[in-house]
Amino acid sequence: MLYFEDFPIGRRFDFPDRTMTAEEIIAFATEFDPQPMHLDEAAGRAGVLGGLAASGWHTSAVMMRMLCDSYIRMTAGEGSPGVNSMEWRRPVLAGDTLSGHCRVAEARISRSRPDIGIVRFIAEVTNQRGETVAVCDYANMIRVKATEAPADAHG
Amino acid sequence: MRMAELYPAERTIVLGTHHFTADDIIRYARQFDPQPFHVDAEAARNSLFGGLCASGWHTCAAWMKTFLAFWAAECLRLEREGKVPPRLGPAHGFRDLRWLKPVFAGDTITYSATLLETREQPSRPDRLIDTILCEGSNQHGEPVIRFESSVMEFV
Repeated sequence: MLYFEDFPIGRRFDFPDRTMTAEEIIAFATEFDPQPMHLDEAAGRAGVLGGLAASGWHTSAVMMRMLCDSYIRMTAGEGSPGVNSMEWRRPVLAGDTLSGHCRVAEARISRSRPDIGIVRFIAEVTNQRGETVAVCDYANMIRVKATEAPADAHG
Repeated sequence: MRMAELYPAERTIVLGTHHFTADDIIRYARQFDPQPFHVDAEAARNSLFGGLCASGWHTCAAWMKTFLAFWAAECLRLEREGKVPPRLGPAHGFRDLRWLKPVFAGDTITYSATLLETREQPSRPDRLIDTILCEGSNQHGEPVIRFESSVMEFV
């Protein structure tokens, strides 16, 4: 299990690859973002995105899964207060293989809850050509190990 | 017509509501955010959230879904009135997203939008950038999410 102390500034976590299929792009968009460029190849090609393109909210969700698989599932995490910024820099098109990494940008103990650390990360999602498709500046709340009490100490 | 003509700055528009069922929360989270408090009701009861709650990204995606349903009806209304609806393009991203409270299974979120600012782009006179404050509150009137979206508008 990873604790606050395991997230020094600069520590990097690499994302697993994930190929975005037309089927999953259309399925996500049908439920949450039913705009023509996310539902139909021809409509996508005719628009500014240049092809059947994933909703930015789909790219965000896939990034979240990459964060889970690269560190969150192994971390004593307590969720996230929010996201400072998310930039959808390039379209994510059907067939693209996404990857990337995140890096610790800042780490501090919470003033109101000294058993919790607030770790700020910059995540960068890239495509198979190495182009950056999304950049996210966000924070996680992570428990401090030094203050973890043994399970039987709670009585 | 332009967004700024249709929606005076700083006026909040209620878009509609979205109901979060336990099944929807778990289905989304299994794909994109499989943390115990999003996929397992029992584990969620013992977490700091105290109950099964939606991934924050699910709460965002439901804003988009609610906005598009509103927007489709709004475009029809404008066309009936003989007006040309604003032409919105893809979003560039968002900033200052805060997950203010958990969204629990059974919650109904009321989403809203407020046009904050319209910026011209000297390099692209055919496009504007609209900054839209996106918010959601639960059935108790408590704010659960807010973010500022940056959306392209064709003129």
